[in-house]
Amino acid sequence: MQTYLDGNALAGPLGEVFAVDLTSAMGQCASCGARAAMAQAHVFMDGPGAVARCQTCGQVLLRLVHTADRAWLDLRGISSLEISLPSE
Amino acid sequence: MGIVSPGFHGRRRGDQKLPPGQYLVTDFPVLSAGPTPRVDTGSWRFRLKTETGQVREWNWAEFRALPDDDITVDIHCVTKWSKLTTHWRGVSLDTLLAEADTSAQFVLAHSYGGYTTNLPLADVRDGQAWIAFEYEGQPLTAEHGGPARLLVPHLYFWKSAKWVQGIDLRDKDQPGFWESLGYNNYGDPWREQRYWGD
Amino acid sequence: MAGAAVLGRLSWQDGTVSEIRKETTAAVSIAIDLPNWAGHRPGQHVDIRVTAEDGYSAERSYSIASAPEPGRVELTVQRLDDGEVSPYLTDTLRPGYPFELRGPIGGWFVWEPASPGPVLLVAGGSGIVPLMSMIRSRGAAGSHAPFQLLYSVRSPADALYAAELAERQHQADGLRVDYVYTRTVPAGWPRPPGRLGAADLPRGDATLPPSAVFVCGPTGFVEAAANLLIQAGHRPAAIKTERFGPSGG
Repeated sequence: MQTYLDGNALAGPLGEVFAVDLTSAMGQCASCGARAAMAQAHVFMDGPGAVARCQTCGQVLLRLVHTADRAWLDLRGISSLEISLPSE
Repeated sequence: MGIVSPGFHGRRRGDQKLPPGQYLVTDFPVLSAGPTPRVDTGSWRFRLKTETGQVREWNWAEFRALPDDDITVDIHCVTKWSKLTTHWRGVSLDTLLAEADTSAQFVLAHSYGGYTTNLPLADVRDGQAWIAFEYEGQPLTAEHGGPARLLVPHLYFWKSAKWVQGIDLRDKDQPGFWESLGYNNYGDPWREQRYWGD
Repeated sequence: MAGAAVLGRLSWQDGTVSEIRKETTAAVSIAIDLPNWAGHRPGQHVDIRVTAEDGYSAERSYSIASAPEPGRVELTVQRLDDGEVSPYLTDTLRPGYPFELRGPIGGWFVWEPASPGPVLLVAGGSGIVPLMSMIRSRGAAGSHAPFQLLYSVRSPADALYAAELAERQHQADGLRVDYVYTRTVPAGWPRPPGRLGAADLPRGDATLPPSAVFVCGPTGFVEAAANLLIQAGHRPAAIKTERFGPSGG
């Protein structure tokens, strides 16, 4: 039994860092090219940090760590992020 | 600090001597950066590579033929839980390093599934580290890192890489999976070295 | 406002528990008053934080159960016997206690009350909670968008909101509720106990397919349900999922 969550679980931790909700952003996996909403990624987050993996190929999309007073973010696993912005 | 929730205590117990900031647990939490690799002992290999590129590899039968130790240690996770008096069985890194011709100072451990962690070579010698294959008298389960994991109890437990596949001996230190993203390069729980700059 | 919302950065808010209501033997609904709360989008969740006197704290995520309302939010919590936080919320928390949370969180798993299209909701266990927010919001907005809820639960005694769902369905305004019992069924129930299967799902290639499908529950349930939905002809792009932890609290 896989004990992962999905990208919805990252909305809170990412919301501490970004002013835009990224879970509905479309991300392209840098490893396999699959494109999906970040909410659909497989997320492992009970450890030292959160790891989001591509639901198609399993490679790491992003890593997020909250230490005492800062957040660390590695986005190398995503080659592009498309973020909807509300029209003014 | 958040507002106090009256009556909330959490899962902690007692006030035994623990490293700073740690809490005692009696269960054994499972923390992971990815899905549990399923490695059968038939295809399992442990690979030791020196800084000059020399490789020594053991299959499961060869590995289990090596002398092993009964180990009783306390373990401390950077996510703040500590578990006291845990029992393991494993092969000492001293045994695996015995024939290695090396002057390297650093180690990078690799796991099935891609996880890595780095340590000074001095911290995995002299009875400080093992490749463990049994926990509490039973074969190490996959969710806790089986068939075999690195066990380095004097450092935070993210250094005790689950599903260990090999170690590289290196002249230059190479930060691993968490060390490259804010976690302390060394990780001594007694000096509370959790993050960069601690 | 479609797509991702522009928010301020999330920060913790101090609220006060105003009411605790027993839902089943193992679940309660907790109403929290929050002075700076502006409301939420149905399907969103909050992160909550509980802190012991020595500073030890634990955080968990819970879906909002209520319809959007300024100044107030309601959560439904299922007690897990070996949970660290849920037993505190179901057994110890009292009206008047402080309650710390941040949110609302999430831009993906949301339903807009202005959407007229038919919606299929598939809930596994406590996955019913965010879907109930959608059902309640639909009611509060006076929407007649066709809503079909498929609620998979162990037994009738484990079902959350049973009386309210029956009442809402009785209003005959386009909400339909079907139960899938996995362990124990009521006497005379036409479907034997068992997990959600192909026969329980409406086809996705029927005349009026849902414009949105929301699936929520433990990871294993969501994976199985999503696969069945795709096999039943539902467009993958129309299916939104939210996985809870295997324990969920």
